[in-house]
Amino acid sequence: MILKNKDVLGLEEISAEEILGVLEMASRFRAVFDRPVRSVPIMRGRTVVNFFHEPSTRTRISFELAEKRLSADIINFSSATSSFTKGETLRDTAENLAAMKIDMLIIRHNSAGAAQYLAKVLECSVINAGDGAHEHPTQGLLDIMTMRQRLGDLRGKKVTIIGDISHSRVARSNIWGLHKLGAEVTLCGPPTMVPGGLARLGVNIEYDLKKAVADADVLNVLRIQLERHSSASFPSNREYHRMYGITEDVVRTLKPEAFVMHPGPMNRDVEISSTVADGPRQVILDQVANGVAVRMALIYLLSGGDPGALSPAQE
Amino acid sequence: MEWSWQRIPSEFLVTGVKLCRRGKLGKRKGFLHVRKGRIEGLGVGIPKVEGVPALDGEGLICAPGFVDLHAHFREPGHEEKETIASGCKAAAKGGYTSVVTMPNTDPAIDNSGMIRYLIDRGREAGLCRIHPTGSVSPGLKGQGMTEFGDMVNAGAVGFTDDGMPVENGGLMSNALKYADVLGVPIITHAEDKSIVGKGCMHGGYWSARLGLVGMARAGEDVAVFRDVELARSSGAHLHVAHVSTKGAVEIIRRAKAEGLRITAEATPHHISLDHSRCRDYSPLFKMNPPLREADDVNAVAEGLADGTIDCLATDHAPHTDTEKEYQFDQAPFGVTGLETALGVGITYLVNTGIMDMGKLIQCMSETPARIFNLPAGRLEEGAEADFVLFDPERQWVVAKDDFQSLSHNSSFLGETLTGRVTATFLGGRLTWRDQD
Amino acid sequence: MKFAEKAVIMNASEMNRAIKRMAHEIIEANKGIDNLVLLGVQRRGVPLARMLGEAIKAVEGSEVPQGALDITFYRDDLSTLGPTPQVASTEMPFDVTGKIIILVDDVLYTGRTVRAALDVIMDWGRPEAIRLSVLVDRGHRELPIRPDFVGKNVPTSQREIIKVKVLEFDDKAEVVVGEVAAE
Ligand SMILES: [Zn+2]
Repeated sequence: MILKNKDVLGLEEISAEEILGVLEMASRFRAVFDRPVRSVPIMRGRTVVNFFHEPSTRTRISFELAEKRLSADIINFSSATSSFTKGETLRDTAENLAAMKIDMLIIRHNSAGAAQYLAKVLECSVINAGDGAHEHPTQGLLDIMTMRQRLGDLRGKKVTIIGDISHSRVARSNIWGLHKLGAEVTLCGPPTMVPGGLARLGVNIEYDLKKAVADADVLNVLRIQLERHSSASFPSNREYHRMYGITEDVVRTLKPEAFVMHPGPMNRDVEISSTVADGPRQVILDQVANGVAVRMALIYLLSGGDPGALSPAQE
Repeated sequence: MEWSWQRIPSEFLVTGVKLCRRGKLGKRKGFLHVRKGRIEGLGVGIPKVEGVPALDGEGLICAPGFVDLHAHFREPGHEEKETIASGCKAAAKGGYTSVVTMPNTDPAIDNSGMIRYLIDRGREAGLCRIHPTGSVSPGLKGQGMTEFGDMVNAGAVGFTDDGMPVENGGLMSNALKYADVLGVPIITHAEDKSIVGKGCMHGGYWSARLGLVGMARAGEDVAVFRDVELARSSGAHLHVAHVSTKGAVEIIRRAKAEGLRITAEATPHHISLDHSRCRDYSPLFKMNPPLREADDVNAVAEGLADGTIDCLATDHAPHTDTEKEYQFDQAPFGVTGLETALGVGITYLVNTGIMDMGKLIQCMSETPARIFNLPAGRLEEGAEADFVLFDPERQWVVAKDDFQSLSHNSSFLGETLTGRVTATFLGGRLTWRDQD
Repeated sequence: MKFAEKAVIMNASEMNRAIKRMAHEIIEANKGIDNLVLLGVQRRGVPLARMLGEAIKAVEGSEVPQGALDITFYRDDLSTLGPTPQVASTEMPFDVTGKIIILVDDVLYTGRTVRAALDVIMDWGRPEAIRLSVLVDRGHRELPIRPDFVGKNVPTSQREIIKVKVLEFDDKAEVVVGEVAAE
């Protein structure tokens, strides 16, 4: 088996070997995208539930597309509760899902730890599509896949993650995954957004953007959650853009082969200038395509069921 | 003459026990003589009275009934979590005979009628003495003062807006001065909400790693500092609730050295557990103040051992299973404590060598009674016969079905603790006896 | 699981001869090689397709386009998939629409692989016809599938296993029969 656990909750608990296995499988799925028929029938009759407790268009569409391309039956299930109302408890949610006898649960939740909880109480496989500010493993995997397509082996490569690290599950998944593959990670952003506590994970923390990107191979630029920062984490979008925005001027200082990633959706001219977002140094659309492939690979691998050897029924 | 647990006579002896009082655990076995609800006599050796039924307390320690300065008994408003009666049962099981209740019920305890109501409900239950605190501001809204005088006359033993820290420094200053004239302390839940924000656990490595919003230590330190300075200027008695940071311990230590009238308490969970416990997102480790870092835990425990922190108080905060089944960031703050406090104290403080048994028991009985002027905590001739018998070596596993409280949200579920209460007496009456 | 070899049922020269004969049959049935493509099923069908292609070229003098087919994502036994699915890929260097496809595999047994292979091909386009060529037909069909070109019919019991070895993967070309041995 490529994946040891029944669930994919974060890159923290996945080994380097598992990550590489998933990416290998994902590249096979990417090949399917070039055919006239872009789906394969392997998940026929399997039910996958997409439970999105938090609005998300991109991730949900990417998962849905992945499931459709694997011919799974899909149920979308989104709860209307906001972070201000508690709604039903996760246990109630879990019991409902268990009663539906589903094969897999994709969960996006605004509370960190929600995916862990459901994975523990449910028999089916659970894929974390983002839990609070904790982890977003499929985003981490697609980012790593995109980096490897350009850089090959990531050992010794330098990745700088820029933005609101405090609130970013993407950052945490990137840190875990990149570390396992031997890359060197630098976090950069205003000190109000980069928790010093993360230094213990073995990352560099650098508040000066120029220094942080000087010898980077990759810039992973995070989305600034404008709505979260009404109160004083940074003075204004304009100042953020000047101090931490990835502009043409910043790109000019990069190593010639370095490139820029962004998990989307972008706030143009806040964390990234439009010219960079549309320019030759970004790989944003590769990330999107890789996202579908990575999600197909995870869903497929988690559905593989029993380990055991190849059945003697050869052919 | 024999006597049975079923029918406790009005006069009896407990023999073969080690007496623990005034900060010392007796080396030799002794006895306690109870008559008509009061302590008739006590001492080492064999009592020289004849014809009085005796209970053999071989192997047990006999201590003053415990006194908790910080419990939330949810009545009125959230009787599904705890009532006065169920809270008193939990207290008796934990060896407590006097409990100070917090006023953040629904509605809040902000007038003398409510104070009387709580005391009456406590008397009806008859299992422990309830000493209510009143809120500083009406409805805990942080604006204006409640009628302290009227409430003290009704039996209030202090004032606090626990859980809803008094943000307004002017109000806090006035409350301290005003309460001081009435001879009662202001209890501060020291937390600067503008620093702590929406935090749900200690702000540090684990909050950063788990992606949860952190509560900085500074939020507590700053608030303790402010209230200590306010107490300095008025000379009033400030009691700092549930101290959890090394900074707060240091501020209190300095203030005491300067002769200020500051007292403080620490909870069993803050002297034993650190923030890494939150790693599985279990709301059973979510409380306010939060579990801090190992050096905070050590500083608080040392503070308790050296007297900077006067007493162990439970911050018993019952919540239903349902509420603790929400995600970590959505679940309410608080864990229960009355039934595990002794075991946690012995396991984490005595058996680790941080303090001796005599000192721990003093922190759980005599000292809290003294600093709040409660008629309790004395194991001496003529005092009310409020006492506890416990087995200091008994090991037990904290289990969900072993609680008298209506709630089971204990951080220690599944843990093995050493030290368990065998029996609790209130005014010579048995209020708890361990069945196994 | 251990494989205990019992007997060699085709050696290298017998394999070559069978492939040459099948090449002739294919040319004969198709009346030439116009519109013909060879599609090997991963993994051992691929070298066999190459061998067939060489044999056809030896007769007709020109290349037959070749491709490879990976059926992993089309299997009907997802839950019993092996430990690590073989990493192989589909290579389709031509448009299948309108072509006559010779599907090449090593052993024909239950017919399920061929069923999956037909689905893969259909997802790539609409060929004029698909013919099936296998080196060994061992019987025990579970689906109504019949080969058009067979190297050798080998009656087997269900316990037995047929292994086709090719130079690319096994350093040796031969066909052996064996059984799962108790360990
Ligand atoms: Zn409090």
